[in-house]
Amino acid sequence: MDIEQLKTKARKIRYDIIKMIAAAGSGHPGGSLSSADLLTALYFSKLKHRPREPFWADRDRFVLSKGHCAPVLYACLAESGYFPVEKLITLRQLGSCLQGHPSCRGLDGVEVSTGSLGMGLSVAVGMALGARLDNKKTRIYCLMGDGETQEGQIWEAAMSAGHYKLDNLCGIIDSNKLQIDGRVQQIMNIAPVADKWRAFGWNTLEIDGHDFKQILSSYDQAEKTTGQPTMIIANTVKGKGVSFMEDREEWHGKAPSKDLAEKALKELS
Amino acid sequence: MEKKATRYGYSEALLEMGAVDQNIVVLDADLSRSTSTELFMKKFPERFFNLGVAEQNLMGVAGGLSLMGKIPFATTYSIFASGRAWEQLRTTVCYSNLNVKIGGSHAGVMTGPDGASHQALEEITLTRVLPNLTVFVPCDYIEAKKATLAAAKIKGPVYIRLGREAIPIITTADTVFEPGRGIVMRPGTDLTIIACGVMVNEALQAAVALQERGISARVVNLHTLKPLDETLIEKCARETGAIVTAEEHEIYGGLGGAISEAIVKSWPVPVEMVGVKDQFGESGQPEELLRHFNLKDTDIVAAAEKVLARKNKKQGI
Ligand SMILES: Cc1ncc(C[n+]2csc(CCOP(=O)(O)OP(=O)(O)O)c2C)c(N)n1
Ligand SMILES: [Mg+2]
Repeated sequence: MDIEQLKTKARKIRYDIIKMIAAAGSGHPGGSLSSADLLTALYFSKLKHRPREPFWADRDRFVLSKGHCAPVLYACLAESGYFPVEKLITLRQLGSCLQGHPSCRGLDGVEVSTGSLGMGLSVAVGMALGARLDNKKTRIYCLMGDGETQEGQIWEAAMSAGHYKLDNLCGIIDSNKLQIDGRVQQIMNIAPVADKWRAFGWNTLEIDGHDFKQILSSYDQAEKTTGQPTMIIANTVKGKGVSFMEDREEWHGKAPSKDLAEKALKELS
Repeated sequence: MEKKATRYGYSEALLEMGAVDQNIVVLDADLSRSTSTELFMKKFPERFFNLGVAEQNLMGVAGGLSLMGKIPFATTYSIFASGRAWEQLRTTVCYSNLNVKIGGSHAGVMTGPDGASHQALEEITLTRVLPNLTVFVPCDYIEAKKATLAAAKIKGPVYIRLGREAIPIITTADTVFEPGRGIVMRPGTDLTIIACGVMVNEALQAAVALQERGISARVVNLHTLKPLDETLIEKCARETGAIVTAEEHEIYGGLGGAISEAIVKSWPVPVEMVGVKDQFGESGQPEELLRHFNLKDTDIVAAAEKVLARKNKKQGI
């Protein structure tokens, strides 16, 4: 897809996110919206995958480490053709494969179950090692939240990826500066972020996470980088695309009322 | 009796499988000499990953490797595998039903001088509550080897509890090892001693002592704690009317707990439990510690007499 098409697609992804969270009556709009451009670019312009052949052996892998942002993943999977878009409104319902946090049990396209923060990058490291053992060209992507990187396991994984020089691994941090209880900087400061990853042996890129040109070029740069994993620190706005949700911590994990959902959907259509 | 530690059964099985299956990969967390995975590392360095002192990452990386078609054996001390990385085992590995095998070495008080921090007494409790997981507690070196070979054939996560200390070899190459099926090691009619790990040997010794007192004790080697062989457990409860459980592990939630849960659903009979009772371990020599924590054949004999008294009282004898 070209950039104009990606922009249109990202609007639709955001529309889907609001629609499904409103229907469910609960869920996490803030971090889903902030990462919508990053994942739209990944799913529609970068990732090698075959939605109709979800277990295609040579597919690239994506791990959503910040599992609470399941809505953005589900929207990307549905819009790519893994399952019908109409199914999105079953989010969080009993019996639905669209669990509150992603479960690989019953939903093709979800590589591994997540939801407990801090675990995904380790899995991505294992995938990268596995791909390398088989001399596969497979690339592994992993999206984390900025608050999530307060977890100790993230740094165990960071160290191992640097140690093994996993250049088939590309991490993405949705740096929206917010976590549940407030500003990341105030709750538990993680700065300097880029320096930390660099110190752990990563090639580190800082981009505007809502600028498709920068997003795509960072994915390409990551792919060209050898001898090092790449971490893309994407500066984003939590709640991006819905005016009243932007940069507001209270929209981390609640559904909009019917009225507000309509307002949001109008902004996005 | 010949003795050998169960951890060697594990690492030798890994070597055997590694030679014929390129997908076998082994991971350790800076304990490869202690767990003995260094055998594999030396033979197949490209398929060995030392993740350093980082057990949560160890579990997740094993998960990722399994998702690429590998059969990873993630290895560390039992307390770190089941405790430090419990949630990774739960949510990454078991919830996703990943084909990850976990070798937990240095289980139980027989770990010895290192003391309580290193003597895992809680892993049966911690692992048997996890859906999709198979839990093996082999009783000797030969069985540990078979359990490891069997683990690779199971599709899904498997936990293998292993020990540091050399313990008697009581099974043979011909003993059939079938996951989920307990083994009757000795027939008997008055009571059943259900044991796992090193306590199977103690149970066999106890049965001999009981025989001398005219008591016929059946001995079951319950090498699989999950899925539990409920059919065999019920059969033993029905046929012998009394059960003694024996484990080198905490009885609460452990083998004692598991057997009790099973028989109250099927055929309730008196149960006595030999095991560690709501305590941490201590430093000492392995044999000394077995005695200190009342985990010897003599303790099983005492428990058998107690359970028989309860059985007779119940029957009005
Ligand atoms: C281990 C763990 N602890 C706590 C939570 C609860 N939780 C869900 S989201 C979240 C904040 C995450 O913040 P961030 O990573 O910045 O996510 P984003 O801003 O992208 O939504 C927390 C604490 C969790 N899911 N997992
Ligand atoms: Mg955030």
